[in-house]
Amino acid sequence: MLQYIIKRILLVIPVVILISFVVFYIIQLPPGDYVSSYSAKMSAAGDVMTQAEMDEMRANLGLDRPVYEQYFVWMKKIILHGDFGFSFNFNKPVIDVVGQYMGLTIVVSLVTMLFQYAVAIPIGIYTAVKQYSAGDYFFSGLSFIGMATPNFLLAIILMYLSYTWFGDPLLGLFSNEYVNAPWSMEKVFDLMKHLIIPVIVIGLSSTADLVRIMRGQMLDELNKPNVVTARAKGLSEWSILWKYPTRAALNPIVSTLGWSLSSIFTGATITAIVLNLPIQGPVMYNALLGQDMYLAGSWLLFMALLTVVGTLISDILLAWLDPKIRTEFRGN
Amino acid sequence: MKTLPVFKRQKPAVISPAKTKDANYSSQWRLIYLKFKKHKLARISLVILAVLYTVALFAQFIAPYGLQSYDSKYVNAPPMGLHFIDADGKFHFKPFVYGLKSERDPETMRKMFVADTENRYPIQFFVRGEEYKFLGLIPTSLHLLGVEEPGRIFLLGTDGMGRDMFSRIVLGSQVSLSIPLVGVGISFVIGLFLGGISGYFGGWMDSVIQRIIEIIRSFPTLPLWMALSAAIPPRIPVVTMYLYIVIIFAFIGWTDLARVVRGKFISLKNEDYVVAAKIAGVSDGKIIVKHLLPGFISYLVVATTLAIPGMILAETAMSFLGLGIRSPATSWGVLLQEAQKIENVALYPWKLFPLGIVILTVLTYNFLGDGLRDAADPYKK
Repeated sequence: MLQYIIKRILLVIPVVILISFVVFYIIQLPPGDYVSSYSAKMSAAGDVMTQAEMDEMRANLGLDRPVYEQYFVWMKKIILHGDFGFSFNFNKPVIDVVGQYMGLTIVVSLVTMLFQYAVAIPIGIYTAVKQYSAGDYFFSGLSFIGMATPNFLLAIILMYLSYTWFGDPLLGLFSNEYVNAPWSMEKVFDLMKHLIIPVIVIGLSSTADLVRIMRGQMLDELNKPNVVTARAKGLSEWSILWKYPTRAALNPIVSTLGWSLSSIFTGATITAIVLNLPIQGPVMYNALLGQDMYLAGSWLLFMALLTVVGTLISDILLAWLDPKIRTEFRGN
Repeated sequence: MKTLPVFKRQKPAVISPAKTKDANYSSQWRLIYLKFKKHKLARISLVILAVLYTVALFAQFIAPYGLQSYDSKYVNAPPMGLHFIDADGKFHFKPFVYGLKSERDPETMRKMFVADTENRYPIQFFVRGEEYKFLGLIPTSLHLLGVEEPGRIFLLGTDGMGRDMFSRIVLGSQVSLSIPLVGVGISFVIGLFLGGISGYFGGWMDSVIQRIIEIIRSFPTLPLWMALSAAIPPRIPVVTMYLYIVIIFAFIGWTDLARVVRGKFISLKNEDYVVAAKIAGVSDGKIIVKHLLPGFISYLVVATTLAIPGMILAETAMSFLGLGIRSPATSWGVLLQEAQKIENVALYPWKLFPLGIVILTVLTYNFLGDGLRDAADPYKK
């Protein structure tokens, strides 16, 4: 087992290095650089920059050097000093910008994840146990529509409903009076209220997906001999359900747990832009558009690493669950 | 192929003769077709999709107005109802619409439109309107429906520039419905080619391709899409922009397919009949095309169909953010940009019509994919 884990981790290293190449290449792709987009912004404001000024700014920011040199400087700083570079837009180190938004990002992501599992697993079990009942059709239909609706537009519809019903579209994560207020019970309560729409919107499509997976798994498990035996022995339906099929059906969901976090992180991006949430997504979107390359790059890198680590965790979990995978790997 | 009578005698008695006949005498494709026919939702979905694509094909003919046409007199006009009975209670055989009068809301002083029951405009079919090229070839000005000047027909209302929503949805469907098809088509070819090499030949080529796939898949799709779309230079011709977007989608989409293809190749290449063909000296190319591909092409079709809804949603999302299709071209995502503002949704809810079409399309593709998946393995119970 340990041998498997070590081998699996060693395999990740070249992938990570290549990912960092690709990330840097991608953030270089948009035409122009930060200086040209900055000068365009300045000239729109009436302040035209001369070529000499632009060159000086480029030299200051290190943007005049060849691409591969910029890459190595960036990588060197990350590995040796944990320094992810400088955000031009925020005029702050990338790490600070990320840190500023990280707390709320994690809150939103974790609450969304909890919501997903809390909703999807019971519904999945219910629809499987009562297959072809009215409730099954209702929830299955709902989950189909949930998968088909672009979630950012659902956000708008919910905002509109909340506006007509409660007179507040619940934009952002805090009401105006709490944005800069110190933490208090009222502020937490206010945050909770504002979280409802984002959590439903961000979680809906994965929830719909999870319901379908859970339902399929349960249907497979419900007719297995161990369930029949348990029933023959006279166990109550509830304890049968809880003891055998549910546990077995949860396996594939648990094994993708590490992986789903990064999908929530990114799934939230567009929704967060629409709902004006102070979390990572919109910040990074602006960084991508504004050529704030180190901020955008660090974010892309972070997302990709999260996926790699997530896959690694779920692979190790799977190997732990299923001895066949371990031995197959050793065979190679 | 004729079946020997001896097969008939071996038939197990428990199976009904009609069923046995199908299983024994039909080709695999016919079995797939028979199984697919039983999936009601998939069949309905296929019909709906056929209608949608037909509309997209003849969009310029069906849309009463062109892409550029606007009328500043009718900004944010509500959908017009089709009427058969006029204000006096008289029945008209031809449906008609009322003209629009603009008035001010007495409370909010906001401009609003009310139906002007004085002016009736019966709907006319095959009317002359804006010039366009039918199927991109034949110049004509014939439109399916319209009303007489100075009347206007806004079946689904107008947008913030006074452009007919119905026309724009119909015209936008050309982009929104074709991008996923072309994108999936390209990723199908790449996936088949690279996945095939990877699975059939194995060795170092397999390792290299697998690493590439792993790297592309490590990127969460959305940020990658955003990053690549941000790289599309502004102010480029519509066709180039379209190509860029399709290539971006295909570039990310092919990895899923390549994995399916690789898995199938690996599981099939050690089958006895393939080994026999190899020993008999059949060339690699012929083995792949004649013996391997027919074995799993149906699965590929399923995987491809199920990839389409994701692309539709992605195109909508990207265009919605202004990173995808940009004006003067239009797509459903572009149309939904106006719905970004909550005031627009509150005051002019008909701006959500494109959303309905997006949901319908994605749902039908999902159902179609489900039906195909069940049908792809006709021997499974």
